Order: sequence, then structure tokens, then C-alpha cells
Amino acid sequence: MTTSFPLSLPGSQAAVQAGRRLGGLGLALLLPAAILYLWQLAATREWVTPLLLPAPAVVLQALIDLHASGELWEHLGISLGRVGWGYLAGVVLGLLLGAAMGLSKTVEAYLMPSFKAVSLVPVLGWLPLFIMLIGIEESLKVLIIAKAVIVPVTINTVKGIRNIAPGHFEVARIYRFSPLQTLGRLIVPSALPSLATGLRLGLANAWMALVAVELLAASEGVGFLMVHSRQLFQLDMVMASMVVIGVTGWVLDRALQSVEQRLLAWRVTAY
Amino acid sequence: MSNNPSRFDPRGLALPGLVLALWWGATASGFADTRIVAPPAEVLAAALRELTSGELAEGLLASLGRDLAGFALGSTAGLLLGALLAVSGLADRLVSPTLHALKQVALFAWIPLISVWLGQDEAARVLFIGLAAFYPVLFNSHEGIRSVTRELAEVTRVFRFNARQRITRLILPAAAPQIFAGLHLALIYSWLATIGAEYFFKATPGVSTPLLDGRADFDMAKVLYGMVVVGLVGAALNAIASRLEQRSLKWRRSR
Repeated sequence: MTTSFPLSLPGSQAAVQAGRRLGGLGLALLLPAAILYLWQLAATREWVTPLLLPAPAVVLQALIDLHASGELWEHLGISLGRVGWGYLAGVVLGLLLGAAMGLSKTVEAYLMPSFKAVSLVPVLGWLPLFIMLIGIEESLKVLIIAKAVIVPVTINTVKGIRNIAPGHFEVARIYRFSPLQTLGRLIVPSALPSLATGLRLGLANAWMALVAVELLAASEGVGFLMVHSRQLFQLDMVMASMVVIGVTGWVLDRALQSVEQRLLAWRVTAY
Repeated sequence: MSNNPSRFDPRGLALPGLVLALWWGATASGFADTRIVAPPAEVLAAALRELTSGELAEGLLASLGRDLAGFALGSTAGLLLGALLAVSGLADRLVSPTLHALKQVALFAWIPLISVWLGQDEAARVLFIGLAAFYPVLFNSHEGIRSVTRELAEVTRVFRFNARQRITRLILPAAAPQIFAGLHLALIYSWLATIGAEYFFKATPGVSTPLLDGRADFDMAKVLYGMVVVGLVGAALNAIASRLEQRSLKWRRSR
């Protein structure tokens, strides 16, 4: 029976994997290349009016123009500033709220139903109320983004703390850990994977909420750039903005992921 | 997150009660300008007015219709494509990188493009909602089906299962937990996208009509009523999804 399974040496496997990765890259680029080719064909033969489908080169030119005029970096800087402040506020509040509810059943009993009720209404549902209360100032964007971040951060913090085995807390008690030691040596390291999940979900939510709020109520930022271009019917600019939003979202996620990996690697070596 | 969600704990009412009392006190004492901050009683009156006018049923029907249409569209596409990518390594390597790249574009960033291509019609709304439902189902069914172990697949080969038997007796039951998790997420996202679609594509009627009208008329009572409706519908959809998920997986476990 066992002879039917292919046996392979680790060395040859690595070579095969490297080859496969190279082949994988080629395959991965095939579909985008085909799409680009069709898009180019559709644009040059004018299957669709250029007003509705600008050629790829035109979109690229729009992207270059946005960069050259500095407009891109200005709008992106404003957007990133909003995400930064909103994310920071959401993470700090989410961690505090999650830790309080995770560590104390009493706090959870008082706060969890209200928290659930608040998180039931999606971010966009809060927007009209917030606009009425604080106008469409900067604080509106920060508040909306913070709301989008708090929910996943809090839920995952509570989950991470609740999943710590009760036995570990007993060990900490036997060793007479101070509350600070219990936090630093037991709670934070054990809850870290779940915390990291919350932080990543929060960042993705923050970026999505930023785009939504900038489409609806802003006069600067990448979302505004997009909706403004759409009003002027400049589809090349709309598509260029989509590329910027996609790439920025990817970079943000990647950056957080590398921080997360470093933190989790530290956790493994600490044991 | 409590151990027994069905048991009612009155401590949970303390904070809402406090907020309500402060809100009532602030508006009754004149501390807050009642032209801006609506008193609690006015919200209740607005809710009664809306409920008796029949607009709620109309809006609810329209919103749920487009929500479920988009959900069905997006999750069917996600399930089929996810299954294909899981079964065929070639398709996976060909398509997955592009899908991952496109996923990086934040959901709402598709709205301007969709609105140019499809206009402000119902088709545009349903497509946008479908896009929101598509990705969670795609990734979860992909993962779920890929996690079917090789040993089990070999057993089906030994028993000479045909393709249909392999799908209904092996793949679907084994991948069910992940597929349902994906569908559940998709239901939540499509409700968010429904609200978004009604904001951006100016849909009337819909559940977000009170939110949009209330904001335009500076009628906070209407806005708060609208928020409650949106929250309750989301909660109901979530509860139904959980119930269905549990029931389907219970069937699986009992086998």
C-alpha cells in the first residue's frame, strides 16, 4: 500500500517548488495580460465609447499626471491621516473595552448588550446622525473610521482573553504573579494571535469606511478625488483612483502583517 | 459572548437606561437645543408615524428584495468559482492571484465605476451587493473544499463513487462548516452593501429612506428611527443565518 505514495527527497522537493513558483508567476500573469489585451482592443476598436472605457494607457497617463502634479500625494496624505487617527482611536478604545469585558464578567454584563446594539447598526447607518451632530468636519471622518475599527478589535480582544485556559491563570496565581506580570507574561502573549486578527480586520474596515465617508462627505482625499472625477465623467481618473485605493489597501495590510509576524515570532522565542 | 445568551441579565439595561435618562434630561431641561437634538418622546412619535404610514413595509420589502437578490447572485458565483478553484490546481494558479489583487480595491471604491456603467438602476444596486457577498463565499468555499483530506478522497475512489456521489457525500458535507461561515459573512456584508447601495444609487423606497430624508430635513427623530430599523433588520438576518447554520451542521454531525 505504502509504495503507491510518491516518495521524494527534501532537496528535490525544494527544486520542484521553486520551479512551480516560477511557473505559478507566469500563470498568475496570464489572466491580467489577457484582460489588459482585451481592454486595449475594446478601446482602440471602440467597441465601447472611450467615454465609458478609456484605454489602459490613458488610465496610466492619468496616474502619472496625478503623481506629477502632486495631487495624488496631497489627497492620499489627507486620507492616510484620517485613517491613522481613526485607527489609533479605534484600536485604543477597542483594546481597553475588550480587555475590560474580557477580564471581568461584571463589566461584560453591563457593557456587552450596549456594545452589541451599537455594533448592529453598520457604519453607514451612523453617518447621517454623526453628520447632524458634528457636521462634515475632519472629526466626522475620524469618528466614523474609529467606529469601524472598535467593533472587530473589541470582539477579538474579548475572544482572545476568554480563550486563555483557566489553568494558566491558576499557575500565575501559584507563582504569585503581580497583576502587571499576569498581564505582560500571560494575558498579552496568549491573546496575541486573536488581538492580531482584530487589528487586521480593523485596518481593513478602516480603509473601507474611509472610502465610503470620502465618497459621501468630503472635499479632499482619494475617495473625493474619485467621486469628483466621476461627476466630471473622467473615467480615467476614476480608474486611476481605484488603483491607488487598491494598492494603498494592500500596502497597509502588508505592513500590519509584517508587524504581526514579528510580534508573534517574539512570542514563540519567549517560551 | 456570554455562556448562556438566552438568559436575560438586567445589568445590561443599566447603560442604555442611563443614556436615555441623560438624553431625556438634557432635552427636557433645555440644556440641549431641541431643534437639533430630538427628545426621546419625539423619536417614539416619529416611529409611530412611520409605522402607521405603511412606508416601513414598502421600504423593507424593497431593501430585502435587493439584498437577497444580490446575496444570491454573489454567493452563487462565489461558491461555483470557489469550488472550481479548489478542485482544479490550474484554475487556482490562473485566477486566484488576480482575484486577490482585485479584492484589495475597497468595496465602496467600485461604486463610481458601477454607476457610470450601469446607471442608477436596480441592476447597479444588485451588482454592488453581489460583489460584497462574492468574496467571503469565494474564499471560504475554496478553503473548505481544499481542506477535504486526501485520505477521504481516496476512500471514495476505492468505493468507486461517481462524480455526483463525490460531491454530495464527500465534498459538500466536509466543506459545509466553512461554506456556511462564508455564507454567513456574505449575508452580513450584503446588508451593509444594501445600505451603501441605497445611499449612493439613490434608491427610494428602501429602509434607508428615513435616514436620508431625515438628514436632508434635519429631522433627528426620523434618523434615529431609521437607525433602529436598519439595526433590527441586520440582527434578524444574522439570527436567521445562525439558526440555519446550526441546523445544517447538526445534521452533519449526527451522521
